[in-house]
Amino acid sequence: MNIIVVGCGKVGEALTHFLLEEGNDITVIDTDKDKVQAISERFDVMGIVGNGATRTILREANIDDADLLIAVTGSDELNLLCCLIAKKAGDCRTIARVRSPQYSQEASYIKDELGLAMVINPEWQAAREIARVLRFPWAIKVDTFSRGRVELFKFRLPEGSSLAGKKVKDIVSTLHCDVMVCTIERNNEAYIANGDFVFQERDVISAIAEPKNAEAFFKKINYKVATIHNVMIVGAGRITHYLCTLLEDSNISVKVIEREESVCETMDANHPEVTVIHADAVDQQVLLEEGVANIDAFVTLTNMDEENILLSLFVRSMNPCKLVTKINRVDYGDVISHLDLDSIVYPKQITAETIARYVRAMNQTVGSDIETLYQLIKGKVEVAEYVIKGDSALVGIPLSKLQLKDGVLIAAILRDRKCLLPRGGDIMKIGDAVVIVTNHLALQGIEDILK
Amino acid sequence: MHYRMIGYVLGMLLVFEGLFFCVPILTAIVYGESAVWAFVAVAAICLALGGLMVWKKPTSTTLFARDGFVIAGLGWIVLSFFGALPFYISGEIPSFVDALFEAVSGFTTTGASVLSDVEALSNSMLMWRSFTHWVGGMGVLVFIMAFVPISGGQTMHIMKAESPGPSVSKLVPKVKTTAMVLYTLYLVLTLVMFVLLLFGGVNLFEALNIAFATAGTGGFAFKNSGMAEFNPYVQYVVSIGMLLFAINFGCYFMLLQKKWKEACNCELRTFLGIVAVTVTLICFNVRDQFATLEETFRHVLFTVASLISSTGFATVDYNVWPELSRTLLLMVMCIGACAGSTGGGFKVSRVIILFKSFRMELEQLIHPKQMKKVKMDGRPIEHEMVRSVSVYLVCFVLVFGVSMFVMAFDNLDLVTNFSAVLACLNNVGPGLEVAGPMSNYAVFSTPAKLVLIFDMLAGRLELFPILLLFTPSTWKR
Repeated sequence: MNIIVVGCGKVGEALTHFLLEEGNDITVIDTDKDKVQAISERFDVMGIVGNGATRTILREANIDDADLLIAVTGSDELNLLCCLIAKKAGDCRTIARVRSPQYSQEASYIKDELGLAMVINPEWQAAREIARVLRFPWAIKVDTFSRGRVELFKFRLPEGSSLAGKKVKDIVSTLHCDVMVCTIERNNEAYIANGDFVFQERDVISAIAEPKNAEAFFKKINYKVATIHNVMIVGAGRITHYLCTLLEDSNISVKVIEREESVCETMDANHPEVTVIHADAVDQQVLLEEGVANIDAFVTLTNMDEENILLSLFVRSMNPCKLVTKINRVDYGDVISHLDLDSIVYPKQITAETIARYVRAMNQTVGSDIETLYQLIKGKVEVAEYVIKGDSALVGIPLSKLQLKDGVLIAAILRDRKCLLPRGGDIMKIGDAVVIVTNHLALQGIEDILK
Repeated sequence: MHYRMIGYVLGMLLVFEGLFFCVPILTAIVYGESAVWAFVAVAAICLALGGLMVWKKPTSTTLFARDGFVIAGLGWIVLSFFGALPFYISGEIPSFVDALFEAVSGFTTTGASVLSDVEALSNSMLMWRSFTHWVGGMGVLVFIMAFVPISGGQTMHIMKAESPGPSVSKLVPKVKTTAMVLYTLYLVLTLVMFVLLLFGGVNLFEALNIAFATAGTGGFAFKNSGMAEFNPYVQYVVSIGMLLFAINFGCYFMLLQKKWKEACNCELRTFLGIVAVTVTLICFNVRDQFATLEETFRHVLFTVASLISSTGFATVDYNVWPELSRTLLLMVMCIGACAGSTGGGFKVSRVIILFKSFRMELEQLIHPKQMKKVKMDGRPIEHEMVRSVSVYLVCFVLVFGVSMFVMAFDNLDLVTNFSAVLACLNNVGPGLEVAGPMSNYAVFSTPAKLVLIFDMLAGRLELFPILLLFTPSTWKR
C-alpha cells in the first residue's frame, strides 16, 4: 500500500519502521529538512520537505495514488487540517493523532464529521494500559481481546516459584487451571509454548485466560497478589491526566508529584480528588517524605526516560511495590529489559501498533478480519485476533487435523461470549474470534497459518 | 566498513556480468564465430566466482555511506576488468591495457576507442562493446538493485554513489521500485529507438548496436566511418535519440504521471535552450561547408546532440570546422547532459547552480546584508548543495590538471591533450585534433591510456567514489 506519513517525530519514525516491515511504500513529509534526511537515510522511504497540509506538497507526495495518510505532527490542529486536505485532494483514508484533552473528548464526533478513518491518542492509550496493569498488579503487561472478555497477561516467574521445573501441560492436568500459555521469554530468546516446555525461574511468561481464571491461577501458584490501594505518580503530563480520569472510579488513592507550579494548579483544578505535590521528585527526600516506602504502586511519567528509569530503580531498592515506567525511546528496549523495572510502557510503540493493526486490516484478504494485534515480543512474536468469516477454509475441521505452520499457536477461540482454550478436538465455527500467537510476522490473513 | 556485505554485492555484480555475456555469446553463435569460447570462458569464471561470493547471504545487511562509495568504486573496476577479458583472451585486442581501455570506455559510455580498424573485430566483440554501453548507461548497480532483495534504506547509498547528478532522489518510495521504473523506461525507450532504426532500413545487427550505443549515450562506432554512411532518416533518429537519453529520466516519469509542469523543469529548459543556441550559431558558422541548408542543419544537430549528450557518434569530421564552432563544441562537451540521465559530463543542473550562486554572490556584494537563497524551480537550494557543487568543480579541475600534466609526457599538442582528457572525464569519446572523431586513441602511450582509463571511471562515477578508493581513511576502521 502507498502510505503518506506527515511528521517525522519519534512516532512518525516508529510508525515508518513498523509499516515498512509490512511491505508498504512510505512517503514521509516534514517541514524540518534534517529530520526528513535522517529518516530517509535510515529507511527505504521517500522524503519530502514541506508543509503536509498544503496541496502542492501532498501532490508531490503523490496523494492521488496514496491509500492512507497518517498525520502525526506535534500539533493537533495541523494533523486534522492535513487529513482534511488529503481527503479532498486525494480521497484517501486518513488517520490523525489528536492528543489534547479538549479535542479527545470529542474524538468520535471529530472522526465522524471530518471523515477520518481513525483518531488516535497515544497518551490516552498509554494511560489505559497503565490502568490495566494497576488493576492486575501481578502482570507486567495486560492486553485485552474481545473487548476485555479475555486477557493476555505477561508475568515473570519469581525465584522459588512452585511452577519452575513443571511442564506447560501440567497447568491444565495437575493445577486444573483454564490458562493457555503462549510464549516464554528466556535470555533474550522467545519460545512459542508447546505442552512439554519446562518452566524455569525468572522466565517471562505470556498467557491467555479469562480474568477470573487468571486470578485463580495466580492464587494456585502462590503468586503474591496484592490489590493496589494507593499509587504515586511522578509528572503531571497528559498521560497522568488521563490516568487520573481512569482511576477516578476505582478506590485507588492517587498522589501526583510535579515540579512545575502551573501544571500542578491545572492538575488540581481538573482532578480535585488527587493529592498534588509541587516538588522535584528527583530529590530523594521529597519521595521519602511523601511516604514512598509504603505505597502499593509507583508510576513514573516524566518526559525524561533516564529520570523515569532512575526513579523506578530507586523506589525498587526500598519497596517491593508495583512499578510502571514510561519510556519514549523504543530502541533501547533490549537493554532496559535486563533491569528490574516490572512494567514498562512505550506510548510510541502503542500508537505505532494501533495504526499498524488498522493498516493490516486494510490489507486483509477475504475470509477473515483482523480485530486486534499486539506485538507480544518486540519484532519476534505477534498475537492477533481474527474473526472467522463464512468461506474460510478453517471452518469445521478439528484443530488436530489442521496442517499448521511451525511457530503458530491457536491460543483461544472466543464463541458466544465465552473463551474456549482450544484442544485438539475443537473446531472453528463461523463468527468465532480466534486468537493466534505466531512468530511469522505480517500474516496476511488467518488462512496464512496453514502450511 | 562492512566487508561481508560489500563482497556480497560485488559477487552479485559478477553473477550479473556473467549473465550479460549471453548477449555476445548468442551473437557469436548466430554468426558462427570462434570468439564464442572467449565469452563462454569469462562468463563461467564470473558465474563461478560471483556464485561463491553470494553463496551465503551476510546476516547483517547494513551498509553505510562509505560502503556505498566503496561498492560503486570497486564494482566498476571489477566490472571493467572482467569485461576486458574477452577482448584480450580472444586475441582480437592483443594488449591488455588496450582491452581494458576499450572495456572501461564501453561501461563508462565514453566511446573512445584505441582500435584503428574497428571493422576487423568480430561481430560478437562489436555487440559486446555496444552492450557494455547499455549496461553502463543506467548503471549496473541500479540494475542489480531492481532485482536483488537487499532491503533497507541503506541501498540508497549505493544508488547515490552510482547515479549522476548533484542530488539523487527517488521517483517512488522504494529504491527497488525506483530502479525498476528507471530500467523499464530505459528499456522501452531503447526498444522504440530500435524499431525506428529498423524502419530506416538498417539491418538487425546494426540497429541493435546503434540502439544500445545511443541509449547508453556511449558512442562506439562499428564502422570506421562512424555514422556517416547511414541515411539522413537514421541520422535524425539517432540525433533525437541522443538528446532524449540525455534528459533526466525523472522527467519522463513525471510526464507519465501527467505532471507537465514538474516535467518541464529548469534543467530541461536550459538544456534544450543550450542545444538550440549552439546549433544555430554553428549552422551559421559552417554554412559554407555543406551543399544545402538541410544538410548543414542535420550534421550540426547530430554533432551537437552527440557531444552534449556525451555520446560521441560522428557523421562528419568536425575537427576541420572553424575555430568558433570547435570552441562551442568544446563548451557543450564541458556542460554535458542532464542529471539523472544516461549521459555524462559536468551536468546542466550543476552549471545552473553555479551560475545562480555566482549571480547571488554579486548581488551580495551590492547588498551585503541581503538575505537570499539560490532558487531553482521555485525551491531554495540549500547551502550544502551549493557547497558540494563548488567542491565538485574544484575536484574536477584538479583531476583534469593532473591528467593533463601526465599526458604532456607524450609530447602531443595541447589541444589534443586538453580535448582527450575532457572527452574521457566527461565520457564523451572523441576530442579534437589527433583525438578527433575520425581518428582514435591508439597514438597515446600506455601511461597516458592508464590515466585516461582512470579519468573515464572517475568521470562516470562523478569523481568521489573512485577518489575515495585512494584515500587511506576510507580503509581505516
